[in-house]
Amino acid sequence: MIKKEITVQNAQGLHARPCGMISNTAMKFMSDIKLIKDGYEVNAKSIMGLLTLAASKGSKIIVVADGKDEETAVKELEELFASSFDED
Amino acid sequence: MIIKKGIGINMGIAIGKAYIMDEDNVVVEKKIIQKEKIKDEINRYRMALLKTKEDIDVIRTHVLESLGKEHAKLIDAHSMILRDPLITKDVINLITNEKYNAEYALTVKIEEILKKFDNINNSFFVERKNEIIEISRKIIFNLTNTKRNFVTNINESVILVSNNIYPADILNIRKHANILAFCINLGSKTSHTALFAQNIGIPAVVGLGDITKIIKNDDLVIVNGEDGLVIVDPTPRMIEEYNTKKEQLHKNEMYLSKIKKLPAVTRDNKKINLMINLDSQDNLDEYKSLNSDGIGLFRTEFLYLNRNGIPSEDEQVDIYKKVLSSSGQLSVVIRTADIGADKVSNMGIKEMVLETNPFMGFRGIRLFLRYPDLLKTQLKAIYRASPSRNVRIMIPMVTSVDEILQVKSIMDDIKKELTAKNIDFNQNIPFGVMIEVPSSAIITDHILEYVDFLSVGTNDLIQYLLAVDRVNQYVSSMYDPFHPAVLRILNLVFQTAHKKGKKVSVCGEMAADLLGSMALISLGADSLSVPLKMFLKIKQHIRNLNYERLMSLSTKILNSDLSAKTVELLQNELTNGN
Repeated sequence: MIKKEITVQNAQGLHARPCGMISNTAMKFMSDIKLIKDGYEVNAKSIMGLLTLAASKGSKIIVVADGKDEETAVKELEELFASSFDED
Repeated sequence: MIIKKGIGINMGIAIGKAYIMDEDNVVVEKKIIQKEKIKDEINRYRMALLKTKEDIDVIRTHVLESLGKEHAKLIDAHSMILRDPLITKDVINLITNEKYNAEYALTVKIEEILKKFDNINNSFFVERKNEIIEISRKIIFNLTNTKRNFVTNINESVILVSNNIYPADILNIRKHANILAFCINLGSKTSHTALFAQNIGIPAVVGLGDITKIIKNDDLVIVNGEDGLVIVDPTPRMIEEYNTKKEQLHKNEMYLSKIKKLPAVTRDNKKINLMINLDSQDNLDEYKSLNSDGIGLFRTEFLYLNRNGIPSEDEQVDIYKKVLSSSGQLSVVIRTADIGADKVSNMGIKEMVLETNPFMGFRGIRLFLRYPDLLKTQLKAIYRASPSRNVRIMIPMVTSVDEILQVKSIMDDIKKELTAKNIDFNQNIPFGVMIEVPSSAIITDHILEYVDFLSVGTNDLIQYLLAVDRVNQYVSSMYDPFHPAVLRILNLVFQTAHKKGKKVSVCGEMAADLLGSMALISLGADSLSVPLKMFLKIKQHIRNLNYERLMSLSTKILNSDLSAKTVELLQNELTNGN
């Protein structure tokens, strides 16, 4: 199991499009992937769950992945957050 | 009389009788499934999910065709909700473990998630809640084989009143000419409904809260999409007032549509070539309706934005074909993409580029020559879409003849390749470049040896020439289209081209500005290309100008040492000419 803290960097926070990108990325992996914000935990493969995080810019989020491909999963999610979801 | 304030979506006023569209009530019963039937129940649920996916795909296709790509993306959010493991896995677990019927199991899960949304205090997220409700209703409709009733046969003109309106309904509204307007309880400025409604063009007010409780069938209703007002059972004075307003709006529209049909000629009968800048394929219908002289600039950046990866050659061929066919005999100047280095990482190119000054950096043709496959794909797509079409190719950010030679050599390779493969293309596509960097303006004579036409991008040219960054608040006021250096460099480009018998168009903001367009015509621009929404205004402006008098101003303009003097000259001409 891997744990990693990530910060939401894009101006608009985790609205529909970023949540879609996160769940699409997470779905590529076999591992169970969870995002946790202030103790509230959601399935990273669930766009609806992700939306309920209502994470705005600057929010700290812990990614927890558990499974065979956990390392790549966390790495890809980290890159996705770092890219600010291609927002300008 | 009751007046309710909501959010106006579309301009315009409608007066008519209300038609209430009932929200189809979904009543979900809780049932316990027999153990041996659970497999069937899960199958029934899976079939409903499949059917819902098909429904969404159909709507997506309709939306894509009638409203364009941006709107179709909104429907993609629905597909994602449908793929959510809460729906695909958790519901099935609930059916298996609790033996609930599919409808009830889904409702339990959806209500769980909606409760969480209620804790979020943000209108954006509340909107998403409505989307989730919509999807779950769709699934339940498919489970129970019911269909949403949409108004099918309304014989008189009505104003549609409803709790909410879904993308599918909006496509139906388009087909019903006798729906004058609509008003709904739900919706906000950011809602999908609002975005879709903008494209139907009928007045609409959303976010009214409880309008379905206030209005009864056949009530007389005024919908004012401009101010977001809905007036139920208006007084006779109110009706009269609104009829006058409506007439005024109608007159304005008639005036503009009258202008639409008239040519862009000055008072003294000089035809000015007036073209349109487009930056996507979304507004082709409006473009066609405007009777312009063609597309002076078709920007292709949209192909590369908001996506991962590169648009394929086939995808581009389809888009160019669509644009060219909608333009008919009128010419279309397709400009290869002027994208900055910041977009490269999304295209799967692994180079990381960090620039401190992107405007002077790696963009336009510089970037495309560094990654020639990007350029080749785009050029080949244009060639493939070109047979019997009036297309021109233009490249951005040119600073030297060397770049032009490199592009031409790539074009020659493409022509050879297409010929070898027996693929039909237009052999004589005119080739031009943007003049938007001072260096290229200064060597206009050299450049003209290799190209068929020029287009001046005034925004960048002025910015580079005056060393003014327009987004820098400390210097942005120094950005000045009437600076003597700007007018002289424009004059140099126009005169040099005319000596060689070639044409120059101007596609920057200066062309869409009242005084700016006058200066450009005076100095000899052969055509102006302006944004869609400025087209009629500039056409009307041209129709008030006197060409001969403008031409006689050019010497004065070129000799004025202060831009204020030029502005005054042009301003006087504008006032006296009218």
